[in-house]
Amino acid sequence: MPPTLPKIGLLKGLGVTLKTMLTPATTQQYPHVKPDLPPRTRGVIALMEENCTVCMLCARECPDWCIYIDSHKETVPPKEEGARARTRNVLDRFAIDFALCMYCGICIEVCPFDALFWSPEFEYSTYSLRELTHEKERLRAWMDTVPAPPELEIGAELPKEISDGLAAARKAAEAEAAQTVQAEQAATGAPAKAAGGKAAAAEEDIHVEAEVDQEVFDQLIAEGKSERVARAKAKAAFVRREKARIRAEREGS
Amino acid sequence: MESIFTLDSLALGIALKVVLIAGFFLTAPLVVGYIEHKGLAHMQDRLGPMEAGRFHGIGQLPADGVKFLQKEDIIPAAADKWVFSLAPGVALVPAMVILAVVPFGPGVWAENLDTGLFFALAVSSVSVIGILMAAWSSANKYSLMGGIRAAAQLIAYELPLVLAAAAIVLQAGTLSLVGIVEAQFAFTAFGVPVPYAVPHVIGLGLFFTAALAELSRPPFDMPIADSEIIFGHMTEYTGIRYAFFMLAEYAGMVVLSALAAVLFLGGWYVWPGLAYPDAWPTALTAVVGFSVTFGKIVALTFIMIWFRATFPRLREDQLLRMSWLIMIPLALLNIVVIAIAKVVG
Amino acid sequence: MTETISGQLTPFQGTAGDASGSVLPGPPGESMLVEIRGEADLSTQDMNLNIGPQHPATHGVLRVVIDLDGEKIVRAQPIIGYMHRGFEKLAEARDYRQIIALVNRHDWLSAFCNELGVALAVERMMEMEVPERASWIRVLMCEWNRILNHLMFIGSFGLELGAITPVFFAFREREDIQHLMESATGGRLHFTYNRVGGLKEDLPRGFLAASAAMTKNIRARSGEYRDLLEGNEIFLARTRGVGALPPDVALDYGVSGPTLHATGVAEDSRVTEPYCVYDKLDVRVPVGANGDSLDRFLVLLDRIDASCDLIDQVLDGIPPGPVNVKLPKVVKAPEGEIYVRTENPLGQGGYYLVSDGKKNPWRLKMRTPSFNNISMMPSLLEGALLSDMIAILGSVFFVVGDVDR
Repeated sequence: MPPTLPKIGLLKGLGVTLKTMLTPATTQQYPHVKPDLPPRTRGVIALMEENCTVCMLCARECPDWCIYIDSHKETVPPKEEGARARTRNVLDRFAIDFALCMYCGICIEVCPFDALFWSPEFEYSTYSLRELTHEKERLRAWMDTVPAPPELEIGAELPKEISDGLAAARKAAEAEAAQTVQAEQAATGAPAKAAGGKAAAAEEDIHVEAEVDQEVFDQLIAEGKSERVARAKAKAAFVRREKARIRAEREGS
Repeated sequence: MESIFTLDSLALGIALKVVLIAGFFLTAPLVVGYIEHKGLAHMQDRLGPMEAGRFHGIGQLPADGVKFLQKEDIIPAAADKWVFSLAPGVALVPAMVILAVVPFGPGVWAENLDTGLFFALAVSSVSVIGILMAAWSSANKYSLMGGIRAAAQLIAYELPLVLAAAAIVLQAGTLSLVGIVEAQFAFTAFGVPVPYAVPHVIGLGLFFTAALAELSRPPFDMPIADSEIIFGHMTEYTGIRYAFFMLAEYAGMVVLSALAAVLFLGGWYVWPGLAYPDAWPTALTAVVGFSVTFGKIVALTFIMIWFRATFPRLREDQLLRMSWLIMIPLALLNIVVIAIAKVVG
Repeated sequence: MTETISGQLTPFQGTAGDASGSVLPGPPGESMLVEIRGEADLSTQDMNLNIGPQHPATHGVLRVVIDLDGEKIVRAQPIIGYMHRGFEKLAEARDYRQIIALVNRHDWLSAFCNELGVALAVERMMEMEVPERASWIRVLMCEWNRILNHLMFIGSFGLELGAITPVFFAFREREDIQHLMESATGGRLHFTYNRVGGLKEDLPRGFLAASAAMTKNIRARSGEYRDLLEGNEIFLARTRGVGALPPDVALDYGVSGPTLHATGVAEDSRVTEPYCVYDKLDVRVPVGANGDSLDRFLVLLDRIDASCDLIDQVLDGIPPGPVNVKLPKVVKAPEGEIYVRTENPLGQGGYYLVSDGKKNPWRLKMRTPSFNNISMMPSLLEGALLSDMIAILGSVFFVVGDVDR
């Protein structure tokens, strides 16, 4: 390539470096300033020993086989007279060898009893490789550093525990509202506004002894359903009919 | 004018000058090195040394020096022992010797040689031999490659350096560095007192670029390209020998910047025409003059560091092409123009 | 004229010295091939130099044995295998979730895209319906990973040529993006975020807003890289015309990704065989003209902007919903085989999964882009100068873990 004299490009580069020099550096001076780690950071694994039932799923699923678990079985005397003696797993040793650990998180994911958690702590370097195997006391101590999980993004599906709990709470609130309305209605004698709530409240009071509705039963048998299924559906139909009848009577009166 | 360090006893005077030169030689590279660490760091959006020496890492370089002193002395088995051991010295000593003739202030010099500039440029060529010695004696293919590149580059860039300086000699009419500063003090272009940098702006550019190439500083650091040939001629060097090479590089930066300051930027005068008041005692003018020179040296080394942060390195053949096909013709043209101007004006 | 020895001396160490004078690699300085050329009494020796396996310029432990005539490379041979870890054998003894955790690590700069390939392979074999939201988030994470990867190579390319500053700027951007990824996945480099059937868990609050802010930041900062590198005459002189790769040679060797796009061929699996929701997005594929190092670098810079565009499109379109499906206790892929192609940041990655119905695969073969990208290096390097070799090595993007698995 023929040699060319330098042009403006070189000066632009000089401008960039000068500008960067005059703005404060983005460096965080680590030992004096700790990094601001998000809650999901995979720093160290913490063990809630009380939750562990020694099911060994974590040790089995670990790709590196770095979890060492020892346990023994104990018999627990029965609570009542004549009941069977129960056996219980007792955890003797739970150790994670962080020299082998890949920090993949599979053990935490598979634990069915929420005994393992991630913690953002990362400052556990040692001078000896053996000290990198944390025993259960140390793992239990890491639990103090486990942060709460972050809120999920807008549009995410709620976790099952939360959505179930929300549904149950909603139902309880509706029952509460219906009961107050019913109480008001009883006190003031005003016509029921929340008919649905009232019906729901009323439905709770109706008890019908289940009997087989013969018509429905015969019809289902003729359709080819099995006797067990036909009997169940016939009973359900009977109960429904009876409840409707009693409800209509109550509303009528 | 005589050097202010001339004592009645010749031997004592020489001893004093040697001590002062050695002291400057060992401390000025520390200043330049510190500026490089911190300046380069901030240009790269980071902080540089912060812990050593408590205050923003000023103890980093002295700590490095102590570290190098206590390292094991390793010489490769296949290396030529004597040449290997002497090479850092051969690269280092010329820088110190040049300091004997460079004037830092009024009277602040060791010797005012009548052929000062000639002496300085001649001695600076000797350090090239040190590099070649290191490259060959290391018994390492990477060092050899670095040495071959260095040989071509350093010889090629001697010429623009010398020719740019020669234009200054033409302008000033003397080879003595002190004489050049005094001539510059009296210089006016169209009635305006300016340093030689103004009419010799091309010469300054050539001198500075050639100085970068002589020192193997980016963008001319092909001989020590650390991503290709590890560290070129210095690959096999560790410990104090390596420290000597690094010292040679930084001392070379200081020395060539000092030469540039003297030749082009007005030396120890803040501006040509602005004399130091006669009422001031010699010690004061000496200190002020030295500070002015040192300030100019720091400014020039800062530009060298700035270039290091910004530019990738030129390929060896592009580098040599630039020297032979662009810089030397320009330098010759510069001399011709100056000669004509001198005769006419 | 003095008499000269004619003919060829066989090397005193090493094996087959075939007639062309090739030398099998040995320790430096000990196996020297002496080649006498012509009848002149000047004999020149080609120097046999070992670049690597430990060398600042080879991205990892890649060894290139070159024969040098002065500064010119006469012959070059890359030697791989220094980082072979036996991934494919390990995969035969791990179940699919463990494989996803392992497969992060062969091309560690494109971790998420590797995981995605495995997850897609298993899902397609099981004919599993992945939730919509999971596919969108997968595309988002893939594109962030692509930006991470390309930033790394932009920085390291400048570093190898001597520009020591852009690498710090690139890593500053990488730190910001890695912090973002850490908030969602827990890891900065090895994410382990994909699962068979979707993702491990949903994004944390604020992730989408932070993504939007980050793309603006990256777009603004790419101007700095252009000023420092693209406009720099020295950089242009070092890379223009260096290592020009013709498109047919590239296709012969199976080169893919930005190295191929720089030659002018716009072959991109996101466009030709869309996976996840790439068929709903407008994927821009920047191409170069000459296939030289400068084009490869410019393609990489353009791809960062293209990925930012894709991320913005995804942020507009993510639907609400679940991100995973309920899996059986043990995930078993049905018997059969499948080949899945994904566009990893370095090129086209392929996963060939053969299953015999058990929870471990019977065979998992990985087609990695870096392997093909460096296989064409001898043809590029012959005739180049040593300094050009560095420019070429830096511009042919590869990760040694990806080459050796």
